[in-house]
Parts: sequence; structure tokens; C-alpha cells
Amino acid sequence: MNRIQQAFQKKGKGLLNIYFTAGYPRLHDTVPLIQAVAAAGADLIEIGMPFSDPLADGPVIQASSTVALRNGMNLRVLFDQLQGIRELVPDTPILLMGYLNPVMQFGVENFCRKAAAAGVDGVILPDLPLDDYVQEYQEIFRRHSLRPVFLVTPQTAPARIRRIDELTDSFLYLVSGPGTTGGQNTQAEGVQEAYFQRIEDMQLRNPRLIGFGISDKASFRQACRYAEGAIIGSALIRALEDTEDAPAAAQQFVRSVLA
Amino acid sequence: MSTTYQQPTERGYYGQFGGAFIPEMLYPNVEELRENYLAILADPEFQQQYQLLLRDYVGRPTPLFEAKRLSAKYNTHIFLKREDLCHTGAHKVNNTVGQILLAKRLGKTRIIAETGAGQHGVATATVCALMGMQCIVYMGEVDMERQKPNVYRMRLLGAEVRAAMSGSRTLKDATNEAIRDWISNPVDTHYIIGSVVGPHPYPDLVARLQAVISEEMRKQLLEKTGSELPDYVVACVGGGSNAAGAFYHFLEEPAVKLVAVEAAGHGIHSGHSAATSVLGKPGIIHGSRTLLMQDEDGQITEPYSISAGLDYPGIGPLHAFLADAGRARFISIEDEDALKAVAECSRLEGIIPALETAHALAVLGQLGAGPDDVVVVNLSGRGDKDLETYVKYADSML
Repeated sequence: MNRIQQAFQKKGKGLLNIYFTAGYPRLHDTVPLIQAVAAAGADLIEIGMPFSDPLADGPVIQASSTVALRNGMNLRVLFDQLQGIRELVPDTPILLMGYLNPVMQFGVENFCRKAAAAGVDGVILPDLPLDDYVQEYQEIFRRHSLRPVFLVTPQTAPARIRRIDELTDSFLYLVSGPGTTGGQNTQAEGVQEAYFQRIEDMQLRNPRLIGFGISDKASFRQACRYAEGAIIGSALIRALEDTEDAPAAAQQFVRSVLA
Repeated sequence: MSTTYQQPTERGYYGQFGGAFIPEMLYPNVEELRENYLAILADPEFQQQYQLLLRDYVGRPTPLFEAKRLSAKYNTHIFLKREDLCHTGAHKVNNTVGQILLAKRLGKTRIIAETGAGQHGVATATVCALMGMQCIVYMGEVDMERQKPNVYRMRLLGAEVRAAMSGSRTLKDATNEAIRDWISNPVDTHYIIGSVVGPHPYPDLVARLQAVISEEMRKQLLEKTGSELPDYVVACVGGGSNAAGAFYHFLEEPAVKLVAVEAAGHGIHSGHSAATSVLGKPGIIHGSRTLLMQDEDGQITEPYSISAGLDYPGIGPLHAFLADAGRARFISIEDEDALKAVAECSRLEGIIPALETAHALAVLGQLGAGPDDVVVVNLSGRGDKDLETYVKYADSML
């Protein structure tokens, strides 16, 4: 059983996955932030690999990526920072989230080797198509025991959801509704409920985390009614915007969600 | 299935370039388009509507004009394919007329588009007015400033113009914002991409809709020169839609030399350039694997050109393949030489070209075309939108 599966087995319900952008607000905040959100009770940690053109992200994560890149963040720096992270945070699953082009330029094999060596458990690349993953990446991911995480949206067809479910041993990332990260959820509640229920009824192998538009205790609790847990990113980053002490602000934010 | 130059593989690859690298949120939309576009394009009723609009609304066929004074100057036979005479002033409308009909077939009620120089935005706003569809155009804030007349035209046509404020605030960023809009509106919206870029099937779809340019060229050349095949076809490339259309029916004719002209900006290696075929490496932009200007970490770099329509860090995957395979020759032209070409074409032929098009005209002296050769330049757009720039640089143009 991998670290992600263990986390789900241990807690069962109400898991909180916290996203933040590596190298934001300052270049060397990455590791202190990992420690802070883990200590505050986050069950999974998703580290954003900043990209110049993050298509699936809204303004908050875009802006944090721009700052991180300006700070000098790149994959070499990130893997340097992550060295020894498992001595500090032994059990909390760590995932890397980003876009395909920087990973391609770094070299997929090299990327997977470095990620695995650092103790990373999973990778989320929203612009990596399923077919390309299966044909070109799956073997490399497996060799390095990295789990891919794929997104599912209200428009994803059932057969495709089954296929996604077969391709990983981690979790399914349920996008709450139409939109990029950090948006307001404008759907009628019944519509969203029906979508989550439809997925629940499929009795999938993998647990589910709901993301996009989850921002505080209330929306986190609401999401946890329909899935094993939820993902918060933009709201945390907003909490780091005007602070001198990012780890303390992150800790306070995570505690406010779990309180 | 093996690739020809004209036809990508089923998954949208031209050699190693193309594909559909899109987030799951876009998958159903793009898949719906991929499954339907060939059948819709082939449908007789669609073709009848499309051809009728091309004739009576766009004003096709556009003339193939023998440019005698330019020919005398460069000691060869130069023909100009007058896409600047299309309704709205550029070739862009060939594509938007086709895509709006396609969007209606797919039951879409809301149209979004990106625009650089504003020509695609105007062409999209125009067909939306014609069809009574809601239209939102994303345009970089910098481009809104340097192509003001087109912003006013779009608004007059009833479109909403939204400023893209991220990155270099030009075409790349406008495209990002349009894609984000599509992610947020996955059911009722069709995205009319303006060039042969984006995820499959867009590069093929747009190339097919622009192919009317070279289809007409062949007929007109036969009439005027006795042969359907010229020696050279020259076109500018930003994303590459006018070049794709001008090359399309010559791609499988090895005797025809294809010349693609990129914007070198202040100079290819000046750090202010958009010469993607020289500066780019394979990478992913806007859902397509293509040649891409990027740094060593895979971050997309900001391109530069005086011309808003060529100011793009990638090129369509078809063009990346043509460059890679050596099927097309790529030449880059600096701002200053493009401006000189504007003046030259204006004074010798009485035709004021768009800044984008001027890059293509600027290579006439370096083609190596002989006195008996036939050169066709795709005159992709007219210069009205660039008048402010031409006034500003009047001294250096002449």
C-alpha cells in the first residue's frame, strides 16, 4: 500500500489536501510551508510547480506562479529543496502539480527519478492526455512508484471515469464544476449534488477528493459530504499574500478549515 | 496512418508535432469537435451555405493580381493574392464564416475568440453579428492599445472585448484567457480559434477552411500563366493560418517552393523577436506540441514583433513540421524591413498592406527567383488598422 492509500485508509473521511505554489511567497518558503501545513493537520500536500501559462488555473494561482518564477523557482531548485523532506514529514503524501512542458524539458525519466528520490508520491499534470500517459509515461511512472492523479469533471463520460479509475492507485480529483481554480461556485446545488452522487454510485476503486472553489471550513465540510475529502489551493495562497511569516499564516489557515 | 503534409494522423499529428494536450475540462468539447468536424465540413448543405457566404458576403474569389512594378523591380513575375479585399480586410473571415456555421450545427449559442492584431476578432464579431450570436473577444491589453481601430470595430459589431492582463498582454495571453473562458463555459460555447494552432482538430480545421486561398490560386494561375503551379508561394507566419491556406493545395507539389516569413522583431538574437522556427524548441503551447520559444526550464518566453498578428511564441504544428522536414523555407524579417516593404508596396502598386503581410513582401529580394519564375505572395491583409504605426514611423519607412 502506498503512502496516499495509507492516508485514506487511516482517516477514511474528511481528508484535507492543501495546495500551494513552490517558491511562493519567497523562494525558500517551500519546505517550511510543507512542515507547517502537515503540522496543522493537512492530510495530503500538493506542491505546485510554477508555469508561465497555467491554463487550468485562475488569477490567484497564476499570480503566485509568476512571483515564484521571478523568485527563481524551477524544477532543479525544487528537487534540491525537497531533499530530506521525508525526515521532516515522514507520512503525509506529497504530490507535485504542474504542466507538462516544464516536465518534458526537464526530461520525464529524470523528473520521475528525482521526484521518487525526494519521497514524492503522486503527480498531477492536467494537460497530459490519458492516451499519451498510457503510451509514453505509464511505464516510467510505474518504475519510479509514482501515482498519476487525473481530473474528472461533470462532463466526463462514465466509461472514461472507469478508465481513469483503472489507471491509478491514489485518488480521483473531482473538479466541482465548470471553471478554473479559485473560482466561485455558481452552480445550483442540486446539479452538483447529482454529479457527485453519480460518481459515488459508480463504486470506484479509488477514493475521491473534490477541488476547485473550496475555500473555507463551510465549503470544505460541504464537499466532504460527497467525497472522502477536498482540496484547497487558491484560498490558502490568498492567506499568504500579505504576510511576513508564511508558515504561520498557512498553519492558521489550515486550522481554521479543520476547526 | 502515415502523415502527409496536408493530412495529420487521426490523433492530430504532423510528424512529431500536434496532438491535443488539454485539461480534462476541455476534453468533451474538443472531442465533440473532433468527432464531428470532418462530417460537417463534407456535408453538402454545410458546403452550400459556406460557399454562398464566401461568395456573397466575403467577396470571393479574391483576385490574383499581377504586380507589374514590383515584378520589374525584382526582375521576376510577382502575383499578389488579394486576401486584403475580403470583407473585414483580411483572410481571417474565411475561417470564421466556416466555424460559425459549424458552431450552429453543434448547437452552440455563445462564441469566444482570441485576437492579436484584431483582424480575427473583427472577423469573428462580424459573423456573430450576421448569425445573431453572442460574441466575446479576448485581446491583450498591449494589442488593444496598438490596434485601437479594430477594438472600436469589434464593439460596433456588438462584441464584448475583454482585455487580457497577464504575461506580455499580447496574443499568447489572449489565447490563455479564451481557453480559460471555454473551461468555464463547457456546454454552450464554441471557441473560434483564429489560427492553425491549438489542440487537434483546430490546426486541421482552420487549415481546411483557409485552403480556399490556394484552391483559387491554382485556377487563377492556370488562367494567367498557363500552369496551376507557381515557382514560389510566400506568406507570413504568426500562428500561420494565411500561410496554411496559401500553401495547402501546393503542399504535395514538390516543384512549388514554399516560403514562410516570420517576424524577427529587433533582430533574431536581440531578445526581442518572434522568429519561432529559429528560436523555438519542441514544446507544448495552447494544447499543441510544436516549436515553441521557451527558456531552458520550459517556461514560455515573451515574443516581440512590431506586428501584433505575428507576436506569438509558437507556430502551428503543420508549420513546425514543414520547417523540420525542410518542406518550407523559413525566413525572418526585422521590424524596420517590414516597414520599408509597406512603403514599397504602397508606392509601387497602390496597395497599403498590413504590417503582418509586409513581412512576406520584404523577402522578395532574397528569394533567388529568376526572370521566368512565378512568385505568389499571399497579401493576407490591408493596412488600415496599422495607420497609426505607419504615421509614427513615417520617417524610417521611406
